Amino acid sequence: MSTFETRALSVCIAVAVLALRTGAAVAADAPHFGQPISAADAAAWDISVGPDGAGLPPGSGTPAQGAVVYAEKCAACHGDKGEGKPNARLVGGQITGNGPVVKTVGSYWPYATTLFDFTRRAMPWTAPKSLTDNEVYAVTAYILRLNGIIGDNDVIDAKTLPQVKMPNRDGFIPLFPGKH
Amino acid sequence: MTKSQHRRGAESLPRVAGNGLIDRRVLLSQGTAIAGAIGVGAATGAAAEPLANDPWSLAPGITIPPYGQPSRFEGKTVRTLTNPKLEPRGSAARTPHHLLNGTITPNGLHFVIARGGFPDIDPDKHKLLIHGRVKQPMIFTVEALLRYPMTSRVTFLECGGNSAPLYAKDPIQANVQALHGLVSCAEWTGVRLSTLFEEVGIDPEAKWFLAEGADAPSMHRSIPVSKAMDDAMIVLYQNGERINPSNGYPMRLLLPGYEGNMNVKWLRRIKVVDGPIMAQNETMAYTILLPSGKAWQFFYPQEVKSFISHPSPGMTMKGPGFYEISGLSWSGNGRISKVEVSADGGKSWALAALQTPVLSKALTRFRMAWNWDGSAAILLSRATDEAGNVQPSRATFLAERGQPRASPPVTAFPMEHCNVISSWGVSAKGEVTNVYV
Repeated sequence: MSTFETRALSVCIAVAVLALRTGAAVAADAPHFGQPISAADAAAWDISVGPDGAGLPPGSGTPAQGAVVYAEKCAACHGDKGEGKPNARLVGGQITGNGPVVKTVGSYWPYATTLFDFTRRAMPWTAPKSLTDNEVYAVTAYILRLNGIIGDNDVIDAKTLPQVKMPNRDGFIPLFPGKH
Repeated sequence: MTKSQHRRGAESLPRVAGNGLIDRRVLLSQGTAIAGAIGVGAATGAAAEPLANDPWSLAPGITIPPYGQPSRFEGKTVRTLTNPKLEPRGSAARTPHHLLNGTITPNGLHFVIARGGFPDIDPDKHKLLIHGRVKQPMIFTVEALLRYPMTSRVTFLECGGNSAPLYAKDPIQANVQALHGLVSCAEWTGVRLSTLFEEVGIDPEAKWFLAEGADAPSMHRSIPVSKAMDDAMIVLYQNGERINPSNGYPMRLLLPGYEGNMNVKWLRRIKVVDGPIMAQNETMAYTILLPSGKAWQFFYPQEVKSFISHPSPGMTMKGPGFYEISGLSWSGNGRISKVEVSADGGKSWALAALQTPVLSKALTRFRMAWNWDGSAAILLSRATDEAGNVQPSRATFLAERGQPRASPPVTAFPMEHCNVISSWGVSAKGEVTNVYV
């Protein structure tokens, strides 16, 4: 190794040591109090489902299976066939014309994945997150069937749910980004 | 001073708009002029009761309590509740603006909307998870977050459905608590969200994150990362004390100026995601259906608005004479630059005095001096923000949003982000009502 090379190497080492020290100083001078968690451990809380189906769990359900769950867990608030009362109507309704606006899963919701996501996290009101994933798929299928969006024998699962085209899928104008 | 001199004095103050509005400068710098010119009652004085010592001046008072409560004589200054028995539906609690003054809402009176009651969270067990498109997913305990550098800001929070009753076909006769009670203002203290995003190593390409609560329905919303890097905070304190349980204890997201629902309470999870998650609260709810059948989605800032709280519907004027008209104004797009008041239904307007400091995205109180002559009047307020946005008339608003078809219950939200000018009618008897002009 020539003198020049030696000197160059030592300069490199000095720079590297300085960089390390600076990095350490930055780390210590800023608050870093988060506790690392593995993606696998974080998954236990990860209940959000995107419109592309990302986050949908294994499992499946049919309208017939859903009718049973619905009668037991949902009908008291949403009516025997999703007609509503005392709480939100889930079936039918309309958002145009001269009659009153009635927003339902069938008339207004743009994504079927939202129905799974909302039911799993928030319903039934008295015991949210108590349904199994299969029960949520089944209730989702039943409500879609009541709205005439899927057939009697359609199976709803992680693959088929994002493919369901909701009647009002193209009914929204995003203001962000853009106007705001 | 005789009564006739008193009247002459009042008349000598500068009138700046029709129906008795007085130049705001008398409120700002000529307090003595008001005192001298308008006075307080007749100087000659009717036979008054003799001054006596009341019992509280003659014996020791009451032990100072560890946590003070308002006077027992102020029992009417409470929130109104839409679901006092916690039936299986959402709950709203509205702020009594007609009974308050200033700009800061006491913590116990801050408005709340909750989907399933409020959770009784043990702060030692609460965790905030940040994951998704980050280098290292992390958990932040309350204890950990309390060690971060803090920042405070005063900001309003407003439900997207606040003021929706003004969209009703016919004027709903209710007070400002019912009409405008879903807006409040507090000083919030906490940690900048950008600080935590830097710590977990957010993907620099990421554009959206979702925020989710620890409440029973796990309420969640999608939020642009740009807001996180601008002024979003995770707040732990409300008006100096730890956040009220019904407003998010032990921590909530604060997105100054944005629709209230996005300021997720009882925050327990943030996930950096590829795009909007299309939550129920950003598809079914908090979208605005237009006459075309299309609906606006992702309507974030609460736009410029004001209303007169004193006097306001349900109140009765105490006869002709001097009144201070006052109210609240705010904008999710910055500071209020001016508020104009009319006493003649919008024929003429005068600039109101703005109570300083005027803070960005915070409630700003305006005040106007008024000599009411006892005849029928219509009071309006119109706010403008520093971005130049002007609060629209009801007619302008309806031209864009469509005509209302019904007058639903006052607690319904027939039209979100409704920021029309409020109009209060004052009858010759002094009764104040909600009217349309």
